[in-house]
Amino acid sequence: MSPSIAALLYLISGVLFILALRGLSSPETSRQGNHYGMIGMAISVITTLLAVKLDVTTLGLILAATAIGGGFGAVLARRIAMTSMPQLVAAFHSLVGLAAVLIAGAAMYSPDAFHISAPSGGIKTASLIEMGLGIAIGSITFTGSLIAFAKLNGNMSGAPIILPARHFLNIAILVGIVALIGVLISTQGTAFWAFWALVVLSFVLGITLIIPIGGADMPVVVSMLNSYSGWAAAALGFTLENNALIITGALVGSSGAILSYIMCKGMNRSFFSVILGGFGAADGATSGGGKIETRPVKIGSAEDAAFIMKNAERVIIVPGYGMAVAQAQHALKEMADKLKAEGVDVKYAIHPVAGRMPGHMNVLLAEAQVPYDEVFELEDINSEFGQADVVYVIGANDVTNPSAKTDPQSPIFGMPILDVERAKTVLFIKRGMGSGYAGVENELFFRDNTMMLFADAKKMTEAIVKSL
Amino acid sequence: MEAVDPTVFRLAIFVLAIFVGYYVVWSVTPALHTPLMAVTNAISSVVVVGALVAAAATIPGGGADPATWVSRGMGAVAVALAAVNIFGGFLVTQRMLAMYKKKDRPSPQNEAH
Repeated sequence: MSPSIAALLYLISGVLFILALRGLSSPETSRQGNHYGMIGMAISVITTLLAVKLDVTTLGLILAATAIGGGFGAVLARRIAMTSMPQLVAAFHSLVGLAAVLIAGAAMYSPDAFHISAPSGGIKTASLIEMGLGIAIGSITFTGSLIAFAKLNGNMSGAPIILPARHFLNIAILVGIVALIGVLISTQGTAFWAFWALVVLSFVLGITLIIPIGGADMPVVVSMLNSYSGWAAAALGFTLENNALIITGALVGSSGAILSYIMCKGMNRSFFSVILGGFGAADGATSGGGKIETRPVKIGSAEDAAFIMKNAERVIIVPGYGMAVAQAQHALKEMADKLKAEGVDVKYAIHPVAGRMPGHMNVLLAEAQVPYDEVFELEDINSEFGQADVVYVIGANDVTNPSAKTDPQSPIFGMPILDVERAKTVLFIKRGMGSGYAGVENELFFRDNTMMLFADAKKMTEAIVKSL
Repeated sequence: MEAVDPTVFRLAIFVLAIFVGYYVVWSVTPALHTPLMAVTNAISSVVVVGALVAAAATIPGGGADPATWVSRGMGAVAVALAAVNIFGGFLVTQRMLAMYKKKDRPSPQNEAH
C-alpha cells in the first residue's frame, strides 16, 4: 500500500474517533458513536497490517497476541460489575501506558523498522525527544494507574500515604528523567541502559505521585491518568508519523484534562492541590476542633421513612458513593417504582463528584434501569429542592453539607453542594455518625427537618420497600 | 525557501485536534462521562498500530537479529495489551450505553447481553 493511501486511511480513522466522542453528546446518538469508534479502530489495524511486511511467523505471533488479549478483554467487559467500573478504567489506563512504553522500547531496539534512523547513524533527535516523552508519560501512567486501581479496588487503603520530603523526591526524580532523556539524545539512542533507567525511574514517579492522593480524589486521578495515556499515545504518533495516533492522543488528552477540571470544580479545589495530595490525611478532626458532638439528632425507622415518602408529592433522591458500595441501586429503583405507583414524583440529583469516577452514579442508575431523563445534574435540579417534600440521601455526605456555603473555616468551604436542606424533610441514610471523607461534620444531621436512618444503604432501602 | 519539516504539519494536526477534542468533550453530557472514559480508553489503544509495526520488525532487507527479536517480543506483548483495551473498552462501552433508556419507552435492544 502506498504511504499516501495509508495516511488517508489513518486520517479517516481519526475522524471516526472524533465522531465516536461526538456521539456521546446524547444517549440516543451514543451507540452509533461507539460503532464509529470500532470501525475507526478496524481501519487503523487493517491499514497497518497491509503496510508492514508480514511473514507467517509474524502473523501467527500477532494473531495469538490479539486472541489472548482480545479474549481476555471481551470476557472482562461482559463480566465486570458496574460498581467496579472505576477500577476497570484505571486498569485499562495502565495497559495503554505499558503498551506505549513497550512500543517506544521496540523502536529503540529496531529504529529501522520505524523509519526513525538518522542518516548519520543512530536515531533522529526529534524522534528521541518524542519517544523519551512517550516512555516517561507511559510509564507514569502505568504505575500510577496500578496504584489508582489498587486504591479503588480496596487492595490498598484509600487513605493518602505521605512520604517524607515527597515534593523534593518527585522533583529529584523528574530531574533524573529529563537527564536520562538527555543521555538518550546525546548518544543517539544507542545507550539502552538509559532507556531502561528511564523506564524504571518513571515507574517510581508514577507510584510516588499517586500514593499521597486519597480515595475520594480518585475521580480526578483517574481522569488525569486518562489524559496522560492520551499524551503518551500522541507522542508515539509523532514517532510513528501516524495521524490517527496524533489525533486520538490529542482527543484523549484533552478529554481527560477536561474531566479533571470538571471534577476539581465540583470539589472547589485547584488541580494542583489534588495532585500534590494529602487531602483528608489530617487526623479526622479537621473542623470542629475535635470537640465531641453532643447535639441531638432525630432518628427514624424504615416505617417512618416509608410513611413520609408515601405521603409526599415530590421526592428527590441523592445518591453517592455509599450507594455503590452497598450495591443499593436496584433496591433504590424498586423503591422509586413503588413511590411512583403511589403518585409521587421522583427525581434523582447527581453531584459532579459523587462516586469514584465522572458519571459513576449515572451508570449505576442506568444499570438499575432508571430512565436517564429522571436523573439531573446539580445545576439543573438545585433550584427544585425548595419545592421538594422529601430528599432521600443515600450514600452521599460531603456533597450535601451546608457548611460548604456558610462556614469559611470548613475545608470544603466553597464547594458547590446540593441544597438538600431546603426540602421539607431530609431522610439521610448513614451507617453511623462518622464524618464524611473530608473529615467534616455535616451540619445537616442536626437540622430539625433531617431524619437520620442509621443502617446499611441497601438494607434500609429494602426495608422501606417492604413498608411501602 | 526551504521545505517545511513534515513534523511541523503533524504538530499542526495535533494542535487542531486538541481544539476539536476540547469542543467535542465539553458537549458530552455529564451522564455519559463514564462511557466517555471507557471509550477514550478504547480509542487510545490505537497505539496498537505501533505495536504491530514492532511485532513485524525486521532488519533492513529482511531477517532478524537479536535486537529485532527484542522489538518483536515487546511488540507482541504490546499487541496483546492493546487488544485487551480495544475489545474490553469498546464492549464495556457498548454494554453501558445499552443501559441508558428513556422514560416508559423501553428500547428494543434494552439488554446488551
